[in-house]
Amino acid sequence: MTFSTMLSTMATGMLRTFGVFALTLIGSLPLGMIVALLRKSRFAVVRGFIRAYISIIRGTPLMLQLLVWYFGPFYLFGMSIGNWRFPALILGFVLNYAAYFAEIYRGGIESIPVGQYEAAEVLGYTKTQTFMRIILPQVIKRIMPSITNEVITLVKDTSLAFTLAYQEVFSLAKQISASQTSFTPFFIAGVFYFVANYVVEFIMFRIEKALDYYK
Amino acid sequence: MIIEMNNIEKHFGDHEVLKDISFGVDSGEVVSIIGPSGSGKSTLLRCATFLETIDGGEILYMGKRAAHTNEHGEAVYVSPQELRKFRAYCGLVFQQFNLFPHYNILKNLTDAPIHVQHRSKEEAEETAMDLLRKMGIADRATAYPYQLSGGQQQRVAIARALAMKPEILFFDEPTSALDPELTGEVLKVIRQLAEEKTTMVVVTHEMPFAKAVSNRVLFMDGGVIVEQGDPHDVFDNPQEERTKQFLRVFER
Repeated sequence: MTFSTMLSTMATGMLRTFGVFALTLIGSLPLGMIVALLRKSRFAVVRGFIRAYISIIRGTPLMLQLLVWYFGPFYLFGMSIGNWRFPALILGFVLNYAAYFAEIYRGGIESIPVGQYEAAEVLGYTKTQTFMRIILPQVIKRIMPSITNEVITLVKDTSLAFTLAYQEVFSLAKQISASQTSFTPFFIAGVFYFVANYVVEFIMFRIEKALDYYK
Repeated sequence: MIIEMNNIEKHFGDHEVLKDISFGVDSGEVVSIIGPSGSGKSTLLRCATFLETIDGGEILYMGKRAAHTNEHGEAVYVSPQELRKFRAYCGLVFQQFNLFPHYNILKNLTDAPIHVQHRSKEEAEETAMDLLRKMGIADRATAYPYQLSGGQQQRVAIARALAMKPEILFFDEPTSALDPELTGEVLKVIRQLAEEKTTMVVVTHEMPFAKAVSNRVLFMDGGVIVEQGDPHDVFDNPQEERTKQFLRVFER
């Protein structure tokens, strides 16, 4: 197998990796905010549930969580899991990253001085207006460095999709490497992850710069 | 009466912060509240501006009741929607300014008028620029709060409160967070507002200022109003021993 055949075979895997990456972000960035807000719910039951969720997600390997989401329906309910691979994968990733993002959001929200809330309250803003217009923009600026960290980790974590035999770039690299007794596929995968993260860093840097107009 | 507070009770846990306090402010009046820290001055202001809820008593704005004690002895407020109307009567200037750092100066002044009071952008910006000119900071309209000195930030905060066109403006130690050389510019602005008959209540430690601008001075200590009256009477001829003690500290 020539280098260019390897590359073109792996290209489909790269697309799949990007798909997992993008869908995870699209799902977990907003879900994380919902989780962060529910964690401050006035109902103790809700708070307790969210705390347990975050604790379990952070306390167990993502690889194990993916296996549970994929095989769980079969072992627990005897359901057929024929078309369940991709949904289980995305579900696992989204719920995992939402938990981490939620904690980042929470830290950001709690770092905003109480005076900001009071100023907004005296000016007559509603709770929703206060959050959307005053608090959230400041939170986003503060948490950008932590978000960048998570996004970079996510790029690399997508390789865990191989546990569910999903044919993304890392699974393919493993397969081709074994069949061709060559290390080149891993090298290609490595360059791919590095370049992807380089792009992530660049984009996040630009966003941080754009938010630099105030302190 | 713009505001009337009757028999206000407030406690934090077991600690009684306000004990049966009654006071009112007439239109055009400037009232200074002085007293040692922990005397309840700030809490009184925070109750008046609805940042704290009272535990007993009655709050009226423009003769309308915002809160009262019911037959079970509990303080009850009007509905949240109603309360928002009452909030519109009062403005508050904080010790720490609390400007919105992500908005420029102009937007700090126009955001609430536009999005809370639903006034037109043009009118809100016109009002804001007039106020900034009055405060002597019209040239900084597009700057962000962090680019301004403390004194300028506090003047913006005063303008932001005035942009809402409140009936009464409360100041919670407006110069306490400022370097001494910057307090003058803020006090000057407040004095100017007093000359224009803006109804104001100022919690302050600036005794000469309180004496010069206010129509009435309240001395608070231990959650009660110990003494009140014409500033010249209170400052030059205090009747209560506690007032004398407190003022002596400032004479040195």
